[in-house]
Amino acid sequence: MDFQGFGPLLLAGTWETIKLAVLSLGAAFLLGLAGAAAKLSPNRALSRIGTMYTTLIRAVPDLVLMLLLFYSIQIWLNDATDMMGMDQIDIDPFVAGVITLGFIYGAYFTETFRGAFLAVPRGQIEAGFAYGMSSARVFTRILFPQMMRFALPGIGNNWQVLVKATALVSIIGLADVVKAAQDAGKATQSFFFFTLVTGAIYLAITTVSNLALHRLEKRYSTGVRRAAL
Amino acid sequence: MKKLALCVALALAAGGAYAKDWSTIRFGTDASYAPFESKATDGKLVGFDIDLGNEICKRLNAKCVWVEQDFDGMIPGLKAKKFDGALSALTITPQREQQIAFTTKLYNTPTRLVAKQGSPLQPTVAALQGKSVGVEQGSIQETYAKENWAPKGVNVIPYQNQDQVYLDLQSGRLDAALQDEVQANLGFLKTPRGTGFAFAGPQIPTGAAAIGLRKEDADLKAKIDKTIADMIKDGTYKKIESKYFDFDVYGG
Amino acid sequence: MIELLRQYWPNFLYSDGFNTSGLAITLWLLVVSIVAGFVLAVPLAIARASRNPWLSRPVWVYTYVFRGTPLYVQLLLIYTGIYSLHFVHYNAVLGDFFRSAMNCTLLAFALNECAYATEIFAGAIRETSYGEIEAAQAYGMSKTKVYTRIILPSALRRALPSYSNEVILMLHATTLAFTATVPDILKVARDANSATYMTFQAYGIAAALYASIVFALIWAFRRVETRVLAYLKPQGH
Repeated sequence: MDFQGFGPLLLAGTWETIKLAVLSLGAAFLLGLAGAAAKLSPNRALSRIGTMYTTLIRAVPDLVLMLLLFYSIQIWLNDATDMMGMDQIDIDPFVAGVITLGFIYGAYFTETFRGAFLAVPRGQIEAGFAYGMSSARVFTRILFPQMMRFALPGIGNNWQVLVKATALVSIIGLADVVKAAQDAGKATQSFFFFTLVTGAIYLAITTVSNLALHRLEKRYSTGVRRAAL
Repeated sequence: MKKLALCVALALAAGGAYAKDWSTIRFGTDASYAPFESKATDGKLVGFDIDLGNEICKRLNAKCVWVEQDFDGMIPGLKAKKFDGALSALTITPQREQQIAFTTKLYNTPTRLVAKQGSPLQPTVAALQGKSVGVEQGSIQETYAKENWAPKGVNVIPYQNQDQVYLDLQSGRLDAALQDEVQANLGFLKTPRGTGFAFAGPQIPTGAAAIGLRKEDADLKAKIDKTIADMIKDGTYKKIESKYFDFDVYGG
Repeated sequence: MIELLRQYWPNFLYSDGFNTSGLAITLWLLVVSIVAGFVLAVPLAIARASRNPWLSRPVWVYTYVFRGTPLYVQLLLIYTGIYSLHFVHYNAVLGDFFRSAMNCTLLAFALNECAYATEIFAGAIRETSYGEIEAAQAYGMSKTKVYTRIILPSALRRALPSYSNEVILMLHATTLAFTATVPDILKVARDANSATYMTFQAYGIAAALYASIVFALIWAFRRVETRVLAYLKPQGH
């Protein structure tokens, strides 16, 4: 398979894509936990904000949000720093991409975690409080480990969707693997070949993720009895 | 969410805040326009504009940072302070001058139509009636074609960048492509991917290009204007120009 | 914002003076890819859920590839890649088909939608209660009858919530059409942005339009769900 000298460029692009996906996953994960907590909170205002957040993301396509946020984040930050009299803080496309993807997929994770939180039997949480555990302890010792088991399929799904969404960042100018393949294809006139290579790279990422998630699911499901079908 | 944003902002402030003393100048460019700006196989930016920009930075004792930006996002990007100067074969037009300021002229930017070799097409409504013409979104050629040709039955299709125009021209989806003449000549016709294509019809004079700046950065404009004048006077401009062109691209 | 709306509202909704654009195109893209995807997905889902590996494996490969790669890459492949192939370019039928940007876009969207729908329907078919199938077979129904009378109606009902989600995701995906020069809502927004530099307003209008379509879809699907999944509603006395 002859990459005609574009091998390093493709590799660099792949690495950018993976970095973007993993960092966005982290941001979305944290946002998702916060969002789920907000939605499930007894505080009306908080749950309203949570609902508005997930409704917004569901209603507006990611590409539109990405284009909207890409320029807006910088302009708002500029206004903010101008107001505070600070020097301008620069956001490079990569950080803008992470913030945007994290923001969008935080909503998906909110839904996943909300379902997972609800699936943990209430009795266990109540027992934790009855024992005098603080909220934080209940969360880390009882709620979180069990919730992860329910959340894993959802997390896996969201990860797959997130990885594919990283292909869109080439449209806002980030030098990811899709852009690298386009540059290569254009320079060598073998566009079909390089696009296939990009598809293969994504397929490889997907396959590896599938295997890893399968392992994780097995680990978090130890002790759960499955019906023999 | 707010905490996260604040942390991110603080982290970035520690990393990269640019002062107004112009010790670093960021130029935005759309690297799909050889020989003015394009990407080499190793990913580095090369081209006439790139060399001009680097020379300007050298003379102003500033560090040059190049930011890649799709052409139709060039002016919004400049206004959003993603970069300080738009150096990307940006032609001066009254419409653009409402939004941003320009330095003194860098070179002329005539327009010309490109089509298959031997094609009878001309840059007139009559010849292009019912045909598909590709243009780069946000360019003066797009404005020209949309104003003069589209209302009379020519199919004008804007693309995200010039490379995609050429791709569809090569594949046959487009009958012709309208863009800067110098760029088409050196960046397409004289390259392997341009075999079988030629200019169709005469040149359309459409102004000159300069560096786009924010209106409030008058001090930067003064500095760059003087630098450009110096470069032309002491022959550096001609030296850089001769690397890419064997004719006078500056014009009258 | 008002200025922008006044100048661009026909473009956003149905036409920019020369071609159809905006909402009309987006809805057309959505409807054609959903319908084509659905029609193809039902037989493919039956094959996918079948116990015969010769039937289910090829379909599995198809859904794995099309769900495992981004739609953007698939679109690039079909729009730019395939047309650049020699035998496609110079063939009369294929060349004409792939020359049109709209055809390429519809093909890519339909194939992608079909892959997701196939998996959703296959999952729903597999979850059909075994007792029902046994009963149907006991009644002497032929395989076709079992599928059309028993399995498919209940499977399609079960699939409705996931499928409605998928339709909404497909709407989100139509925003990619502009990369293949098809003038959908997002393209009009980009044009408006290019001409007036009012970035937030241009994309904001596009976002609002998409949101309205989504809410309309959610409302429609909820109506269908109340009717079709009525048997799941808690029965009052």
